[in-house]
Amino acid sequence: MTEVSSVTAAIAVIDWQALSLSLQLASATALLLLPLAIWLARLLAWSQFRHQGALEAAILLPLVLPPTVLGYYLLLGFGGASPLGQAYHALTGRALVFSFDGLLAASLVFNLPFAVQPMQRSFAAIPREVREAAWVSGLSRWQTFLRIELPLAWPGIAAALALTFAHTLGEFGVVLMVGGSLPGETKTIAIAIYDQAQAFNDSAAAGMSALLLALSFVAVLLVTRLGRSVLRR
Amino acid sequence: MRFLLFFLLSVFASIASVANAQPTRVAAASDLQFALGEIVARYEHESGKKVVVSFGSSGNFARQIPQGAPFDLFLSADEAYIFRLAGHGLLRDQGQLYAIGRLALLAPHGSPLQVDSELRDLTAAISDGRLQRLAIANPQHAPYGRAARAALERAGLWSALQGKLVLGENVAQAAQFALSGSAQGGIVAWSLVKAPELARHGVAALLPESWHPPLRQRMALTRDASEDARRFYDYLQQAPARALFERYGFALPASGNQ
Repeated sequence: MTEVSSVTAAIAVIDWQALSLSLQLASATALLLLPLAIWLARLLAWSQFRHQGALEAAILLPLVLPPTVLGYYLLLGFGGASPLGQAYHALTGRALVFSFDGLLAASLVFNLPFAVQPMQRSFAAIPREVREAAWVSGLSRWQTFLRIELPLAWPGIAAALALTFAHTLGEFGVVLMVGGSLPGETKTIAIAIYDQAQAFNDSAAAGMSALLLALSFVAVLLVTRLGRSVLRR
Repeated sequence: MRFLLFFLLSVFASIASVANAQPTRVAAASDLQFALGEIVARYEHESGKKVVVSFGSSGNFARQIPQGAPFDLFLSADEAYIFRLAGHGLLRDQGQLYAIGRLALLAPHGSPLQVDSELRDLTAAISDGRLQRLAIANPQHAPYGRAARAALERAGLWSALQGKLVLGENVAQAAQFALSGSAQGGIVAWSLVKAPELARHGVAALLPESWHPPLRQRMALTRDASEDARRFYDYLQQAPARALFERYGFALPASGNQ
């Protein structure tokens, strides 16, 4: 009885709009990064080229870069007064700061290592002979990619998507710096939790935190499951 | 090698000297960013004592102090936070009013928005589309955000502004948003726009104080505050400090006021 009422009380305090915005941001980030990350992962897994180390370092950089650095550059570099911000506005009629587009741009940058790394590992695990066998059997490069590489690498790709998704749900620093807490536009669930905690609405903060904890746990569980199936191969 | 040794020794020496003279640790509302900076510089010069100030949102400090945040003195932008903490026995007493905050409409240079204290052009700019984004502090938890909301409601603009308000985590961030070039203006603390660092980037108009409940800013010593902290607390209530608060656009409570 009390359990049921505490569950309904917890549901009542959840900012569904903020949650839905976070889910949209996470899905959009994962889907947009998918082709780019596959391309980068294959490149890094199979090719040797000049400045490879620099490219790899640049992709890994967001792992160590404070979100405030990106937030600062976004605010000044993409703001309405900057050439970039004005060009974007002229092209799309939208702004990059205080907008969903800006958060998406930031997430794309910040999730690059989370998307590329697991994929790179699973592409690197495909033996070169397998691809060569596909080529001598008359498969084109594109057919080899679709019929041989993707099926072999998919656990890594799926793990990368899940990790990107979960990591975007947890994004906070950049959003706090360039978001402006606009409902339905930049007020993500992480920001909603912060606002409620600041306002001493502990029941709301607790309800949403528990929900985010559960969501993140499921996503990470998925990542580890998929990671194990990469290893089994 | 000898240079490295010298370097390490001097680092240790400076750590030791800091450990010896425990500085006064102050948590201060972000609208005090510039005013308090100047007061602290003067106090340190006169007393030879060190004061370390953390600026942030009053709500955040009010959350951190019960969790053991190591502050000697808390200067809140809203006295409600002081009363709340005092009620939990975390402060020495209910402290002192030190300033009454005022609101200002701020627009960056080059903004299509004209500033006036009656918000007349803001009203026009909302209806003719010149205003896309207006920055205020978050009314959910920032004292200046609550005051800005009250003033906008008083002007009959609150509902028209829904979807256009960019919310700063504290009033200093709201001012930064207002001047970022991505908003046409903001309603922020008068004490911030009086500072040259901000005044360079925009123009501002003071809003009537009757348009919002007074921003009664109160400070109090925490339970374990040091003797040095007590001295700084007293200094903040004396004429030179009060004059500086006033120069930054704060109204002053009557001297010796509760």
